[in-house]
Amino acid sequence: MSLLEVRDLEVHFPIRSGTLFQRTVGAVKAVDGVDLDIEAGTTFGLVGESGCGKSTLGRAIMRLTEPTKGSVTLDGQDILALSERKMRAVRRQFQMVFQDPMASLDPRQSVESMLTEPLRAHKFPGGSAAHAKRVRELLDVVGLPESVVNRYPHEFSGGQRQRLGIARALALNPSLIIADEPVSALDVSIQAQVINLLKELQERFSLTYVVIAHDLAVVRHISKTVAVMYLGGIVEQAPAADLYRQPLHPYTRALMSAVPVPDPNVEETRSRILLQGDLPSPANPPAGCRFHTRCPWKQATRCDTERPALRELPLVAPGHKVACHYAEDILSGTLTPHEVRPEEVAMTPAADEPGSIETTEAHVAGGLTPGGPPGAR
Amino acid sequence: MSVETTDATTATATTPSRPPASLGREALRRLVRNPMAVVGMVLIGVFVLVAIFAPLIAPYSPTDNSWLDQVRPGQYPGPSAEHWLGIDPLGRDVFSRIIFGARQSLLIGVVALALGAIAGIALGVLAGAFGGWVDTLVMRFVDIMLSVPGLLFAIAVAAMLGQSLTSVMIAIAVVNVPIFARLLRGEMLGQRGADYVLAARSLGISRSAIVFRHVLPNSFTPVIVQGTLTLALAIVEAAGLAFLGLSSSNPSTPEWGRMLTDAQETLTSAPMLAVYPGLAIVLAALGFTLVGESLREALDPKFRR
Repeated sequence: MSLLEVRDLEVHFPIRSGTLFQRTVGAVKAVDGVDLDIEAGTTFGLVGESGCGKSTLGRAIMRLTEPTKGSVTLDGQDILALSERKMRAVRRQFQMVFQDPMASLDPRQSVESMLTEPLRAHKFPGGSAAHAKRVRELLDVVGLPESVVNRYPHEFSGGQRQRLGIARALALNPSLIIADEPVSALDVSIQAQVINLLKELQERFSLTYVVIAHDLAVVRHISKTVAVMYLGGIVEQAPAADLYRQPLHPYTRALMSAVPVPDPNVEETRSRILLQGDLPSPANPPAGCRFHTRCPWKQATRCDTERPALRELPLVAPGHKVACHYAEDILSGTLTPHEVRPEEVAMTPAADEPGSIETTEAHVAGGLTPGGPPGAR
Repeated sequence: MSVETTDATTATATTPSRPPASLGREALRRLVRNPMAVVGMVLIGVFVLVAIFAPLIAPYSPTDNSWLDQVRPGQYPGPSAEHWLGIDPLGRDVFSRIIFGARQSLLIGVVALALGAIAGIALGVLAGAFGGWVDTLVMRFVDIMLSVPGLLFAIAVAAMLGQSLTSVMIAIAVVNVPIFARLLRGEMLGQRGADYVLAARSLGISRSAIVFRHVLPNSFTPVIVQGTLTLALAIVEAAGLAFLGLSSSNPSTPEWGRMLTDAQETLTSAPMLAVYPGLAIVLAALGFTLVGESLREALDPKFRR
């Protein structure tokens, strides 16, 4: 049985217009129908470009952002149905490690106070003596000396701060840790140390990880299963080795081909898939397959009308799920890639008058699209 | 594991053993290094000491008019050995009146600030902690308060409560409520989305604990700065209200603003009578402004080195 089950999760942020009488004129579909099954003791990697909704998905699973639809089942318990009080008690089972370790530590809180706080909130048994012991234990586990208990976050280096963030996440003995870009804010030399620490802790405390990252190498290194997100949905999910060896979805192929190969001879000759156009706005995602506007394998039928479900290909690649109508044909080479002309994509929900939205909240959507709105140049 | 220990040990080496420096202590260190702050603190120090020890410092009583016989119309004795700043038209020692005036100013400033800040902070916390419709309601109320001109309101309060120190204090306090409320609310809203608040939420820490232990302390810096600056403003405002005759109904009470009003009548023959209280107001206000501005610099993370 899976430790974490996510079914048809949706997080839609309303776009409001009007100053006095606000009305909802649309929604940014940050997460739009995601299913996940995460086995206990494994690491699940979630990759995707900026703005694809991977961080929002992580926060929605933890109910830090309230999902608009779907279910999240942790250890057999539907956590979206829980009241706030009950939810607080359940929170000890899963914790989050944040991207920016400076921002995720309260600058006015000493290490001791920071690590004791969750123990007190959940009435960790044994009183203050036990709490102090636990704080020292936690510091030891993440490789920090006990002498730092009276220090403040600004006195630490980036790597040490991330260790503190990890120690805090471990304080309540959680079974699941969601790490949102745990190393992307760190120096490359420190990244490896933190990744290794995470791996070591996983073995020691049989933790389950969901690692959200845009760094393909990091995810490959630590994940058992990897899922690729595009525009609020998962387009491909497979065991890490399979996914990197044989990506099936056109988007994953493009993503993988963007990773440089350390061998200069291979690098010169290998073919790269350069995606045309920009990421469409999540406020107005394309109909049908989300990727059809940029897909070099796009076909005349189905792609722009029917949204492909994430399905397993038992014959060609067992355990490998992909959301593409033509995955088999692309794999077998029956279909060949063609030129893609960047399509003009409207930034605003089609149904409403564009002017009013553009002046109020359109920047929300625009900010998620790297390089500004499509068709701007 | 060996890799990790290297990181930890090198880091311990780079941060040599010294007493743990809290943010407040570091801010204080930056503050005393700033000459602007030192000048401001000296001014405030002198002002406060003078106000507290006025009866010991002042050579005479501020209401003693025993030197009336030395005063002729249009001719007022200037500084002398007995009367450092001369004698006013009613035969009182100007120096003593300035000294005792500091008391009034400090009292009005501190009480008005305390009232205004407490009410403003309460409203700000309410709006910032709950957000949503509570926020809308509180902020609209604050907007209404902002829309009433301060001076007009002060005159209205004085008219309702009669001329008294209390009405001056209340008037100044009310003018400052919206400033504190807006400032704190805005800062709290900004902090509420911070990662450390998310982290606290994910740890299952209760809403009230998050607000009072994390959001509020991290939002308080601009309020402290504003408080210092408000003291300066309150002193000027109190003088202004006294100048308009809205302060204490007893004309012999030594007050810098009232001294300015009185000096107006003799501005051509004895202009210095207006300069002394004016200078006192400026220096006291300057002291608080300097400290406020340097506090802002010392506490602002952007200035942190």
